[in-house]
Amino acid sequence: MSAGAIGGDSHWPLWEVFTQGNQGEPFEHAGSLHATDAEHALQNARDVYARRGEAVNLWVVPSSAITASAPGDAGPFFDPGNDKAYRHPQFYKVPRGVKVF
Amino acid sequence: MDPKPTPQEDPALLAAFEARIAAGESIEPKDWMPERYRRQLTRMMSQHAHSEVVGMLPEGNWITRAPSLRRKMSLIAKVQDEAGHGLYIYCGTETLGVDRFDLYRQLLDGTAKYSSIFNYPTLAWADMGVIGWLVDGAAIVNQTVLAKTSYGPYARAMVRICKEENFHKRQGYELCATLAAGTPAQRAMLQDSVNRFWWPALMMFGPSDTDSPNSAELLRWRVKRKTNDELRQRFVNLTVPQAQAIGVTLPDPDLRFDPETKNWVFGAIDWSEFYEVIKGNGPCNQERLAARNRAHDEGRWVREAATAHQAKQAARSTEAA
Repeated sequence: MSAGAIGGDSHWPLWEVFTQGNQGEPFEHAGSLHATDAEHALQNARDVYARRGEAVNLWVVPSSAITASAPGDAGPFFDPGNDKAYRHPQFYKVPRGVKVF
Repeated sequence: MDPKPTPQEDPALLAAFEARIAAGESIEPKDWMPERYRRQLTRMMSQHAHSEVVGMLPEGNWITRAPSLRRKMSLIAKVQDEAGHGLYIYCGTETLGVDRFDLYRQLLDGTAKYSSIFNYPTLAWADMGVIGWLVDGAAIVNQTVLAKTSYGPYARAMVRICKEENFHKRQGYELCATLAAGTPAQRAMLQDSVNRFWWPALMMFGPSDTDSPNSAELLRWRVKRKTNDELRQRFVNLTVPQAQAIGVTLPDPDLRFDPETKNWVFGAIDWSEFYEVIKGNGPCNQERLAARNRAHDEGRWVREAATAHQAKQAARSTEAA
């Protein structure tokens, strides 16, 4: 059979894989993979991203279901949070003499 | 190499991009990037992914003949890791907007390049140790720096890979040390293997930067962070004491320590051999490609079965609804 005569598997949907390293920790993006359905994606995710106990839990999410912020608009988009210094504890003064707060 | 002409980039966008690179920022898939950057990364990352996948073959050759269960388990785990590394990097390459199978097809039909080291045969059991020690050792030197590359998905894949490569190198060096402390025949087998792999391992870093057409641009865009020659020197400096520790001779009569630079100065590399192997005339090029094509063809039923299973499950859930 000549090269390329038989199709690959990259037409299968793309899934984003998230791993939780330990109980109680947040889930973190590990990478992506192709799989036919969610169950298949979970099995592949275990074999590709958790061969050494890197995860106690896995999420697989169809990549098409993720909506991301646009890098080009990052400035104006995150601005409302950047100019409010009063949301940080350092904004407030503690009277002199208070050692432990 | 590039069939399409490079489009003229918007100077303002290009300047902003280069300023971000200079500030040490990492570039993410949706960020604006020059077409040349995208193409160079696609080329580099896909060649890297192909190398991981082809890299399974020389070691797969010895799984059934491993001398103990311990060594056999290590070898199977290592080969499985190489498949995983290929997948990490292919998935990183897909974030640049290419289809993995388009890249893989180029590997199967012989138009894509991969690391020349995997076109050398594994003739003896000692090669399993020497590949882990020297080949994975060289890969670690290269990949540790690539973990700081400017393209985020590539850098993150490298961080993951570097953690696993340390196991590859350690198991290989342990195997070498065991043979080095063995019978005269085992020591001779090890020395012969080192003699065959030393120079090809040095060539893994690529041609000298003065002869490497892509280096300047890749360095400027911080895709590469060190030159090929710097990385090669670092590898030699790390490896010479390891060879001395197990009593193995590196096959280079010109190898000497320079107290001024604190470098191990090595002899001239025969680049004509490198270019022959890259062109497809290495000892195993045809065998490697044939093996990849066979594996792909023989895996067809698995892909078809997975697709059919999904269709059946989907039909059932529609019926149930």
